[in-house]
Amino acid sequence: MPDLKKKQNNLDRNQEFRRSRRGITKFLDNNRRALSVFIVFIILMLLFIIKNPKIFLNREIYEAIFRSLPIRIVLALPLVFVIVSKEIDLSFVSNMTFSLWIFAATVKAGWDPFLCMLLAILAGALIGLINGMLVVRIGLQSIMATIGMKFLLTGLVAGGSNIMPIPLTFLVDTPFYNTFAGKIGNFPVQMIWAVVALVIAMLLFNYHKFGSDISCVGDNLESSREMGINVSTVKTLAFVYVGIACGFAGVLSGLTYLSFYPKPGSPDELMLAVLASVFIGGTPTTGGVGTIFGAFIGACTIRFVETGIIEAGLTGFWTQFFEGLIILLALTSHKFHKSR
Amino acid sequence: MKNKFLELKNISKSFGKVSALERVNFYIKGEPEIVGLIGDNGAGKSTLIKIISGIHTPDCGEIYINGKRMENWSVVKSRASGVETVYQDRALAMQQTLARNIFMGRELTSIFGFVKSKLQFAEADRLMRTIGFTSKVFASDSAVVNLSGGERQGVAIARALYFKANLMILDEPTTALSLTEAQKIFDFIRQARKGGSSCIFITHNIYHAYDVSDRCVVLDRGKIVMETDREHTTVEQLVKDMQKIAQNNGKVREGINNARS
Repeated sequence: MPDLKKKQNNLDRNQEFRRSRRGITKFLDNNRRALSVFIVFIILMLLFIIKNPKIFLNREIYEAIFRSLPIRIVLALPLVFVIVSKEIDLSFVSNMTFSLWIFAATVKAGWDPFLCMLLAILAGALIGLINGMLVVRIGLQSIMATIGMKFLLTGLVAGGSNIMPIPLTFLVDTPFYNTFAGKIGNFPVQMIWAVVALVIAMLLFNYHKFGSDISCVGDNLESSREMGINVSTVKTLAFVYVGIACGFAGVLSGLTYLSFYPKPGSPDELMLAVLASVFIGGTPTTGGVGTIFGAFIGACTIRFVETGIIEAGLTGFWTQFFEGLIILLALTSHKFHKSR
Repeated sequence: MKNKFLELKNISKSFGKVSALERVNFYIKGEPEIVGLIGDNGAGKSTLIKIISGIHTPDCGEIYINGKRMENWSVVKSRASGVETVYQDRALAMQQTLARNIFMGRELTSIFGFVKSKLQFAEADRLMRTIGFTSKVFASDSAVVNLSGGERQGVAIARALYFKANLMILDEPTTALSLTEAQKIFDFIRQARKGGSSCIFITHNIYHAYDVSDRCVVLDRGKIVMETDREHTTVEQLVKDMQKIAQNNGKVREGINNARS
């Protein structure tokens, strides 16, 4: 009998513990990595403001950042899914350029821009599907397959377009432009779309079967298969999701910079910046765990650091040095969290 | 008397020239029971359970579920009949929550595939309590990596329990576990039997087998050499019997060696 009582006691304590873990504490606990990056971000912003109040208390700089930042956010969020599933996609920026090319070429030919956007997204999704098939069906390692795809697409776009820019200025002030790149007051609409993308990704990752499955697949492939998760489909879907995001980001970038121009070289910097946002956000490459909110904060941090360093008076040459420093510091702090 | 849940008749299986199982007859009763399957390495224990879970196809013999003869026995059919094999660590996704592990691949979802997390946590809570999971520190939203070896096994058992497994197969669940941890697993198994699941418990350890089983089955070189109800024997007797079997085994080996030389 005393044994039973003891058991009951333990249960009560259990429930108490459970209750105490609800709410804010739980949120803090689950998002520790993302929040630590967020704190770094706030401190940096304060430093920037102190160093250069004229610029950093002026809304113009935020307007500029909020126009380009959404592209990175839209790209970074689905990448979390691929990385959590223990794969990687290095072709996403090339895929974005490819989708933008499809969009620019068709819209220039006089097609309805909404239809062209749909085509761009489908094109992106198709590339994602091919990536997924290469990994899942043929069994290539994703890092190799997507490097191949990256070169293939870059070459295809360069050869196909003859590196001729396609200006998209004629779209300005059309309903299409206002929907995706207009302004509400002074606030760039792009940022609202980035938040929409964030909400969708968070719903999928934290509350949907897809997020649950992808975490299990990345965590323990064998047992996921044994438990009846269709591992191939889940992984392929993650690549397709990245592809869809590439299509959308491509259109956003076309509308933001008002042209299609396949600059060789610069896409790689964007690719690494986006990947770094995912990593400093707190998603490791070991699979099974990741955070969408972290990737969002990571993207913001890196974008603000880039701007902040330039505006703080250091020449552009130093940007990457400080970016690298921030990335390394963030990653080190994650390691510290983990070992606790 | 209810039909036997599972019956294997005259099952033989060989790999090349090595005969792993010879005309084995094995059954699980209709009402829940715990069967300890004992035997040395290479006795054919794993071959037997792999045949039950459909991974291996027997060379000859028949398999019956609830008295009905099953044709083309396979992993899918085995699972559909309610046979769940629990592997030690392989079965769990370590960094995921306890609840997510229990419902892995079979999440409770609403329309559009959104997971009913609250319900899952509540169900996981209830299940863990049912099987006597009384850890003070962990709740259904803790990651499995923080659990002890025995508790991890408990999660896998809870999973089998929730999906109403008729028969759970535990492959050496107590290997590399401390005594208290092993006791925990025995509790889990007993609770699972109360919940209506039978269990095949595979082990080298006679004491463990005797402790938890209603019936012990001893395999030796592909044959069932002994079968005894717990009520009809003591652990000392069981150990003696096993020693006899081992001695015979030794004699046979000697014989083989003599014949060879």
